[in-house]
Amino acid sequence: MAAITLEAVGKSYAGGVKVVHSIDLAIEDGEFVVLVGPSGCGKSTLLRMVAGLETVTEGQISIGGRMVNEVEPAERDIAMVFQNYALYPHMTVRQNLAYGLKNRKMAKDEITRRVDEAAQILEIGAFLDRKPRALSGGQRQRVAMGRAIVREPAAFLFDEPLSNLDAKLRVQMRGEIKQLQARLGTTSIYVTHDQLEAMTLAHRLVVLNGGRIEQVGTPLEVYRKPASTFVAAFIGSPAMNLLEARAEGGVAHVGGGRVPLEAAVSGTVTLGLRPEDVRPVDAGTDGAFVLKLAYVEELGAQKLVHGTVEGHKFACALPSDALLGDELHLVPEPGAAHGFDAQSGKRLG
Amino acid sequence: MVENRPILNILAHLVLILGVLVVAFPIYIAFIASTHGPTDFLSGLIPLTPGHDTWHTYMTMLTTGMQTSGMPPLSLQMMNSLIMALTIAIGKISISIISAYAIVYFRFPFRNLAFWLIFITLMLPVEVRILPTYKVVADLGMLDTYAGLTIPLIASATATFLFRQVFLTIPDELMEAARIDGAGPMKFFWDILLPMSRNNIAALFVILFIYGWNQYLWPLLITTDASHYTIVMGIKRMADVADSQPQWNYIMATAILAMLPPVLVVIFMQKLFVKGLIETEK
Ligand SMILES: Nc1ncnc2c1ncn2[C@@H]1O[C@H](COP(=O)(O)OP(=O)(O)OP(=O)(O)O)[C@@H](O)[C@H]1O
Ligand SMILES: [Mg+2]
Repeated sequence: MAAITLEAVGKSYAGGVKVVHSIDLAIEDGEFVVLVGPSGCGKSTLLRMVAGLETVTEGQISIGGRMVNEVEPAERDIAMVFQNYALYPHMTVRQNLAYGLKNRKMAKDEITRRVDEAAQILEIGAFLDRKPRALSGGQRQRVAMGRAIVREPAAFLFDEPLSNLDAKLRVQMRGEIKQLQARLGTTSIYVTHDQLEAMTLAHRLVVLNGGRIEQVGTPLEVYRKPASTFVAAFIGSPAMNLLEARAEGGVAHVGGGRVPLEAAVSGTVTLGLRPEDVRPVDAGTDGAFVLKLAYVEELGAQKLVHGTVEGHKFACALPSDALLGDELHLVPEPGAAHGFDAQSGKRLG
Repeated sequence: MVENRPILNILAHLVLILGVLVVAFPIYIAFIASTHGPTDFLSGLIPLTPGHDTWHTYMTMLTTGMQTSGMPPLSLQMMNSLIMALTIAIGKISISIISAYAIVYFRFPFRNLAFWLIFITLMLPVEVRILPTYKVVADLGMLDTYAGLTIPLIASATATFLFRQVFLTIPDELMEAARIDGAGPMKFFWDILLPMSRNNIAALFVILFIYGWNQYLWPLLITTDASHYTIVMGIKRMADVADSQPQWNYIMATAILAMLPPVLVVIFMQKLFVKGLIETEK
């Protein structure tokens, strides 16, 4: 177990393509950090640099206080779980788990002990003698995790380990990974582009965009106080509504209503409102803005109402028994509105 | 076929049976001929039913050969052929799997040049470069040796390409997982690549064994001493007799014996062979 520090870490490929820009990040011992961002933002590249599978072209990475830029992957004391599992197809599950330990010249009975322990934790004892091709996707996933935990490494690195599973299994495995990490207390870095997975797993979220860190914080911090319109749109489902509005003295005017902001700003701002942070009110209520209905999605417990506010797309989540007309009058929950700079997209206040 | 109509079934079987007959009949004739005495062919017709000289013919060929046309015993020739076929097959596989490994997994200077040089040799089969190769082998004093018989045939661009294709289908993550598991380049090769290519190696072995066994031109050129004759060139030697009738019973017995080892290899490695050619799961 160890802390991982990234200092001004950057990556350029031959030909001058820069895909990761000067990342600073300190991961504490035992922490579960999730790197999240859209496809191509450099999450895998960053993780693979920590693993030693990709060279570091700028800055430095330390694991447990040791600078590892030039250290071979096997010597970094990390274990990695790949998206396609990368199990050795010609070896049985037991051999797959034991292979890394054998290469380390570990004593036979210690290997057996660790493999059996991992098998018990992950409930894969029943198919230790099968080959990977005779396992289901979820079972292969467990074996891949087993291969990581038998090593008892300083850190786990996960690169989208659940994205090959079906939705239901993904939710189940997500829970198991969380429990496992809590139980073992091993520092973990987890890469995903699924914001829900990121929210549910992370102690701390790192939102990446175009090879840069957009925001670092606990899932709730990031959810409640997104640092930019990018984070605001990326984290949370259904996504936050973002619309242009004119502000005067900290109040945004939109759709005939008034929305108070945190900061006392004036001029054009981008107003952010989460679909669940608005409340329907009677027509004529002071400060309410008007939503023109387009269509409704029933989600069971809730319904998601899509429409437009002053021509901007807007969605709101209402109780499933809410009555709907052609128009809805809405007010924001107190303190729920987010204001962003219209040019830079940075959070105001 | 998706449909299951009796007419089509019968037709399919008819075509197949016809095919088998066309292929099998000459072999049957060869075998029958080898069971008769040498005088049974003087009429110019080959009998269609077995004769009584089987044991005698085969034993003579295996143990003493045909001294009149300078043929050593077939057992010796078969041994030579076996040594040649095995050396060529194993040599080709070892060299090409190693070069494919280098080309696919390592970044070294002139890697592309190496690749293209190997590629170009595809256009130069033994027959094309036979004179210079002969000269080199002769100058090295390898005429009438097993080395001379096999080494010039061992380099193989085709096999290198086959293994390159196989390696390219193996996901990079597997190599990365092995690196994290502490397997260096040699360990990765022995522990992961080699076992994963097992079926392809077996398939290639079958093809190359038959290729090596059936070599005719090259052994004919470089062996002058009967102790290094191979059986395939031996057959031709027996048929080329001056001033007398070829002894067809002995020739056919030799042909049948020459056919056996490749057939056995195919029979025993059939399963792996088919797997190696069709397997896609990696
Ligand atoms: N060898 C390379 N040369 C140049 N650019 C590369 C190379 N490899 C990757 N990239 C670029 O680096 C960027 C980051 O890639 P990376 O694999 O880290 O994305 P990611 O965030 O993991 O995306 P995903 O969610 O799709 O896996 C991509 O834009 C990709 O095009
Ligand atoms: Mg990725």
